[in-house]
Amino acid sequence: MKSINHHLTDQLLMGYSAGSLPEAFNLVVATHVSLCDDCRARMHEFDAVGGVLMDEAGIEAVSDDCLAATMALIAAAPAEVKLAPAPSLSAVFPIPLQDYVGGDLDAVEWRRIGGGVSQAVLQTSDAATVRLLRIPAGVAVPDHGHRGMELTLVLQGAFRDETDRFGPGDIEVANEDMVHQPVAEAGLDCICLSATDAPLRFSGILPRMAQRVFGI
Amino acid sequence: MTETSTRMDWIAEIEAIRDHQDDRAFARLFGHFAPRVKGFLMKSGVSAEFAEECTQEVMATLWRKAHMFDGSKASVSTWIFTVARNRKIDMLRKQRRPEPEELPWGPETEASPADVMALAQDTELLGQALAALPEKQRVLIERAYFGELTHSEIAAETGLPLGTIKSRIRLALDRLRHAMT
Repeated sequence: MKSINHHLTDQLLMGYSAGSLPEAFNLVVATHVSLCDDCRARMHEFDAVGGVLMDEAGIEAVSDDCLAATMALIAAAPAEVKLAPAPSLSAVFPIPLQDYVGGDLDAVEWRRIGGGVSQAVLQTSDAATVRLLRIPAGVAVPDHGHRGMELTLVLQGAFRDETDRFGPGDIEVANEDMVHQPVAEAGLDCICLSATDAPLRFSGILPRMAQRVFGI
Repeated sequence: MTETSTRMDWIAEIEAIRDHQDDRAFARLFGHFAPRVKGFLMKSGVSAEFAEECTQEVMATLWRKAHMFDGSKASVSTWIFTVARNRKIDMLRKQRRPEPEELPWGPETEASPADVMALAQDTELLGQALAALPEKQRVLIERAYFGELTHSEIAAETGLPLGTIKSRIRLALDRLRHAMT
């Protein structure tokens, strides 16, 4: 039984419901909601707000042949009997994430980014970026700050930073005030889905370059 | 006829479309919702021509996906809103919208009439709560849902009455929350 302690903010759920989040953030939200019944219920609540607003937004008359044109669309492709794929209990990745990876954890094409940490950037629109991170147990991700917002969702293992512990299903929402240094716990490699709407500021990169240049 | 019974009526139309491909039920649903979908899309800043085309796509999707509707999770207007929003993202931004995976007990389980009724009543209360908001707060919520606020603006906006919204729509969905665990 998973217990999730760190949830999506109301602002993110509202943005997801309103459709104003970048695709990369939508993926993190949809993946968390797949794991978290509490946030799923809250998502339905924000959708209900949208339903009420649409109901009361006022009407715009449609053209006289609008219904006929719609019936023609329906006749061209009548019913959709396709049922959503059943979630697999043994999978590490929920289905929305599998759709972007092209499979489960074993299908990820990792690239090393130093310090034992690997990443795989997933293809989304440019407004924000999303990547999978694999952090070996006990390893720290370089200390970094943020220009924008960063969402980090744990899928396997756990990490700790200055604020708390984050286990499977937990999401950390970091803004530009936060400088943190996540460290993976002992046990399984920590696998995270991480999205940002601005480049990270890795304070560790400059020291590493300096090391290389000055040979220290 | 009260608003709640009106909302319940639309469920009957959806079921008639799902079970009998009922043209007349669809025409009634269309008559009520197509101008609202078009109004919502035009408030989101798209042209009348685009909104009309998108409305046809949305209404056709309702026919095709009638079997997916679950009245214990969403009212008919909520469901139509989500279809319209997804279609708008699809057509305007040309990008996918990742959706959460379906719950294992999914659409083949018939929703209980009591849960459907409870959700319809809650949606009604939510509507009243939104209508009772001070003008300034209501306008902010509308701006968020009509796409006039970016996600960073939503995050930074302290005037959004999130507490009010939350306290009004907990009842039926709390049942949903317990049903899932």
